[in-house]
Formats: sequence, structure tokens, C-alpha cells
Amino acid sequence: MAEDKDVHNGESLENVFSESIVSRKEFLKLTGLVSLGSLVASFSNVFSKQVEALELNSQKKHRWGMVIDLVRCVNCKACTVSCRSEHKLPPGVVYNPVVEEELGEFPNVRRRWFPKPCFQCEQPPCVPVCPVTATYKRKEDGIVVIDPHKCIGCRYCITACPYGARSFDFGEEYIADKGNDYNHIPSPEWGGVQGVREHGKAPIGTVRKCDFCLHLQDEEGNYTDLPACAKTCMGKAIHFGDFLDPESEVSKLLARRNTIRLKEELGTQPNVYYAL
Amino acid sequence: MKKFFWVTLVIGLGIGLIGVYERLTTEHLQANYGSIIPWGLWVALYIYFVGLSAGAFLISSLVYVFQIKKFEPLGKLSVFVALVTLFMALIFIWFDLGHMERAWRVLLTPNFHSMMAWMVWLYTIYFLVLICEAYFLLRSDFLKMGGMWKIFSLGFGSQSSEGIARDRKYVRILGSIGVPLAIMFHGGVGALFGVVSARPYWHSGLYPIIFLISALASGGALITFIFIFIQKDKEKYSELIQSLGQLVLYFLAVDILFNISEILVGLYGAIPHHIEPFLTVMKGPFWWVFWVVQLCVGMMIPVLLLSYPKTKKNISFVFTAVLCVLVGFIGVRLNIVIPALASEEIKGLVEAYRSARFSTYYFPSLMEWLVSVFIISLGIFVFTLGLKFLPLQTKERI
Ligand code: SF4
Ligand code: SF4
Repeated sequence: MAEDKDVHNGESLENVFSESIVSRKEFLKLTGLVSLGSLVASFSNVFSKQVEALELNSQKKHRWGMVIDLVRCVNCKACTVSCRSEHKLPPGVVYNPVVEEELGEFPNVRRRWFPKPCFQCEQPPCVPVCPVTATYKRKEDGIVVIDPHKCIGCRYCITACPYGARSFDFGEEYIADKGNDYNHIPSPEWGGVQGVREHGKAPIGTVRKCDFCLHLQDEEGNYTDLPACAKTCMGKAIHFGDFLDPESEVSKLLARRNTIRLKEELGTQPNVYYAL
Repeated sequence: MKKFFWVTLVIGLGIGLIGVYERLTTEHLQANYGSIIPWGLWVALYIYFVGLSAGAFLISSLVYVFQIKKFEPLGKLSVFVALVTLFMALIFIWFDLGHMERAWRVLLTPNFHSMMAWMVWLYTIYFLVLICEAYFLLRSDFLKMGGMWKIFSLGFGSQSSEGIARDRKYVRILGSIGVPLAIMFHGGVGALFGVVSARPYWHSGLYPIIFLISALASGGALITFIFIFIQKDKEKYSELIQSLGQLVLYFLAVDILFNISEILVGLYGAIPHHIEPFLTVMKGPFWWVFWVVQLCVGMMIPVLLLSYPKTKKNISFVFTAVLCVLVGFIGVRLNIVIPALASEEIKGLVEAYRSARFSTYYFPSLMEWLVSVFIISLGIFVFTLGLKFLPLQTKERI
């Protein structure tokens, strides 16, 4: 242990250091280089994102969206239910809830309500946060999707969505009896490629949300049928269509009616309008 | 005492394993987080341990990069602590993933618009730098220990004083790279929260800085705690321990300053929805985490103990103070993650869909606690083994 003593001894310690070739200058050089490099990388990264967003707009063939007529909505929640049965949603996952609030005091009270799907925002804050690009905005029609085969289930996107549109699939089941087939019905999302619903297999353990019933699109990207909620709505409150097509029902409604979007001030530009 | 320590550790590992088993077989079913509060105890502990790691590493850089001789006895210890705490943090976040087997995707198909991808890349590089640094730091000792230990030197290095000096040089280069890395990656963890503008509670430019300062405070506290705990001849190092205590005090003071700014600016903002998380912290169901754990235990007691002239020179008081910091910072981390999430994004969402997963109330489930106990016990176990067998305290054996 003689050498130990040496190292511990103040003087020889100094020797060791003065011999060391890296000087303060070099330390500054090293750290400076590393920091500068990453700074440049992070700035160029942020700007490239904005360029990408611009490019995205020019490639669009459709801009699918909704105009939800609040005068016609009767709060029956058929949209919520039909969506659940269309996508075979497990407990704890919801795509299109009807949000309610009670206003006023007796006797002057009323409830206010509106269905709330994912808004497929034009500038979706949920997309850039995904570490693996599992969730992205489709170039051709602007629908924001989550690839269940890529999602690692970190749930970062849930925190980033300002509209609470995303839920995590915890793998819950309706029927306690494990063997019951109902628990394993495959969801039609992504063309049903995920197959039978089983533990350890996507979509369990991933984040899920409304995708405007993407599975009802044909190869050209046109809808063969209305999304489940719009189709079921008994008051005909949910209008679905292409905002890029000036002749579509939603475009006309937008021109004729007084509409709002939620949290407009954020600039996320939801593709779902509420007609008042 | 020793026996008690080992028995507790084994019990911790044992009951923790039950939680791990539950987590692996039933996935997230038994966890209490949901879709309103998607992150819980594990994420809070992840940032806690990752902070300890960055802090411990920066303390080690005082020795190897900035060459402050007084801290020399802490050098190897700090590097090892940084490694072990990082290892614990990574296990925490790994267990938190919905698909653990897909973790590689962040490395191979990263999206660099995401702070999370940045963070993962940075801590991977940081991890490698740490391992290399530990290798160069210890390889001459491994050779000296002879026998099987020689394997760890991988056949390189020498025991001569030139060899040691050369190793020191490498350590210094690695340390110099490691310093900005540790700053970036822990600042990045802060930025991971800071960039989420949907949560006004997080969305602040101060966040990365607060993360760094609190990492230094808590990391410094951990090193002090461990150093006092394992040191047999405490009196010999009493001066070193005192200055460590003062270091922790300074970091803590800056941290408190930033926190006050963050909270006051938040509270005086007149938009009720933005203030809500702050009120949840102070008046919510877990008000005591803020007032008792975070404020009293984590900040006031240690500041008093470390600044009062009589107590700051007393090793047992310094020990108490840093222990308080360590406990208090768990509260700090919990209060970063959960309150920001514990409010509805759209009013009425919780009533609109009735499910335990759609709740603004969160308390960790038994499974979450057990897994945490397991990971912490595992970390302590690995650390104790390292302490026993690795040449971390060369000085002692003179
Ligand atoms: S509503 Fe939320 S999940 Fe849907 S696109 Fe917008 S930010 Fe993303
Ligand atoms: S939960 Fe999935 S989709 Fe969401 S950010 Fe993480 S990896 Fe991306």
C-alpha cells in the first residue's frame, strides 16, 4: 500500500496533477465543444420542426373534420356507446365522452354538454413529444394516429394533449371470467392487424385515442361509411366530412353557422368545430 | 447494527419481489395511475434518483476536473454512487413503460423533437462515460488487488506512478465531457417537463435550472450521508464533512430561492386554471407532503442545522441535516410530477366517463410501493457489495 500513501500525500498529488496533460484550457475546450454542438443541434431541430409543419400542409388531400351541432345534441351519449362497441374499447379507455356541466342555481338551472372526440389538431402538441414517432399526423389527411406496434407506453403524450383526448390501455376486462371470448374480441383499428386482444400484446400497454374511425377508409382514403359516432347520432348533431372540399356538408356548415373551437387561444387549431 | 441492516435489506428485496412479480404478470393493471394522472410514484422516484446521480457526478467532478484536493476522498465514491443511482433510476422508468420490451426503440428510432428522446440518448452517453471513468479510476487498483480482480482491468493499465498519472488524465478528460453531459441530461429531464405547455405548472424556463440545482443539493446530501455513514474514523474527516455540509447548504439555498420564485409567480398569475396545481400542492389531499415533508423536513430543518454555528460543526447534526434533505426531496419530486396532472384538461371530463382511471386523486397502489421497495433495496444491495469489494476507499486501508 506504499503507493496509496503517495497518492494521499498532498505533494505527490500535486505532481500527479501537474503531470496531467489536460489543462484548464483543454477542459474549457472539451466542455465548450460538447455544449456548443448540442446547442446548435437543439436549435436547428426546433426550426426544422416548423419547416416540416409547413411542408405537411401542402401534401394534404383531405382534411377530415367534424362540425358538432350543439343545438341538435340531446346528451343521449349514443356516440360514446357506439364508439366503444365499434372499437371494442375496454374499461378505462374512452374516445368520445360527452362532457357535462351544471350551470346556475335552482330553479334557474340547466346542464350544458358536448361530445368530445380527439380533435385531430392541425398543430397537435401531442405529436412532437413522442420519443419514438409512434404517434404522428398523417400527411395525406391530417388524422393524428398512434401506431400500436411502436408505442412504448411512456404516456408522455397524455400529459401533452390539452384536451384530455388520450387514454392508456391498462388491459382491463369487462368480464371477470378470463376465458370469456368477449374479453378478447379484436379491435378493427389499423385494419385489425393486432388480432385477438391478449395481455402483453398491443394495444394493451399503449396509449389509445379517437382516430376518426380510420379503419372505415378505403385505399384512396375516402370513407366508405361515416365514423361510428356520426352514424349513430340520433339528433344528427355530429357532421363529418372534408374541410378541403368546399362542397362538403362540414364546409357549408362552417360557412353558415356560428362556430367555436375549444381552447382556440392555444393555436392548436382543432379540426372539430362546435356549432352554437 | 450490521445484521439489522442486512436483514432489512433481504426483507426489502423479498417483499419487493412480490411486487415485481405482480407487475410482470399483470402489467399495469394493479397500478393506481390512470389516464388523467398518467405518471405516478415511479416517475417521481425516477427523477429523484436521476437527480442524485447527476448531483453525485458533479461532486466527483470537483475532484477530477476542478481538482479541489479537499474532496479527494470522495472521488471514487461519488462516481460509484452516480453509477448505482442512475442504474436505479433507469429500472424505475423501465418498469413504468407500457411495453418494456420496446425500450430499444428510443435508441434506434428516436424522434429528436421529443425531449424524452434527447434525455434517453443523453443518459445513455452519460452512462457510458461514467462506466469508462470508473474503469480508468479503478483499473490500477484492480491490478494491485491481484487475483481474480485483474480481470476487471481488462488486461490494460499499470500500477506504476506514470500509469496512474495517465489514468488520471483519462479520468479528467472523461470528467470534462461528463460535466456538460450531466448538466444537459439533467437539465433535459427538467426540460422534459418544462416543454409541456399544456401543463402551465411545468411550463417554465426555470424548470431545467431548478432540476440542476436540486440535483446538486440532493446529490451532495447523498454523498455526505454515505460518507459519514461508512466512515469509521469520522473525526479525521470532520473538516471535510463540514465543508460538504456547507456545500449542501448553498445549493439548498439557491434551490429554495428558485422554488419561491416559481411558486409565487405561479400563485400571482390570475388565471385560476393555472393556479390550480399550486393550490393542490398546498391545500389538496396531500398538503402535508408540501408543508411537512418538503418544507419542514427537506428545507427548513437542514438549513437551520447547517447554518447554526454550533450544529454545523457537529457531525451528527450534519448527518441529520443531509438525511432530512434526502427524505424531503422525495416530497419535492412527488410534488413536481403529480399535482400538474391532477386536474382535468376539460372541465367535466372526470364525470363524463366514470372509471377509476379517470380520477384526479392518486395514491400509489401496494404493487407500486413494493416495486419501489425492490428497486431501492436492489440499489442499496449493489452499492453495499461495491463498497465491500471494490477499491472505492483506498485511503482507508493505509
Ligand atoms: S386533441 Fe389532443 S390527442 Fe387529439 S390531436 Fe389534439 S392534442 Fe393530439
Ligand atoms: S405513450 Fe406511445 S404514443 Fe404516447 S408518447 Fe409514449 S410512445 Fe408515443
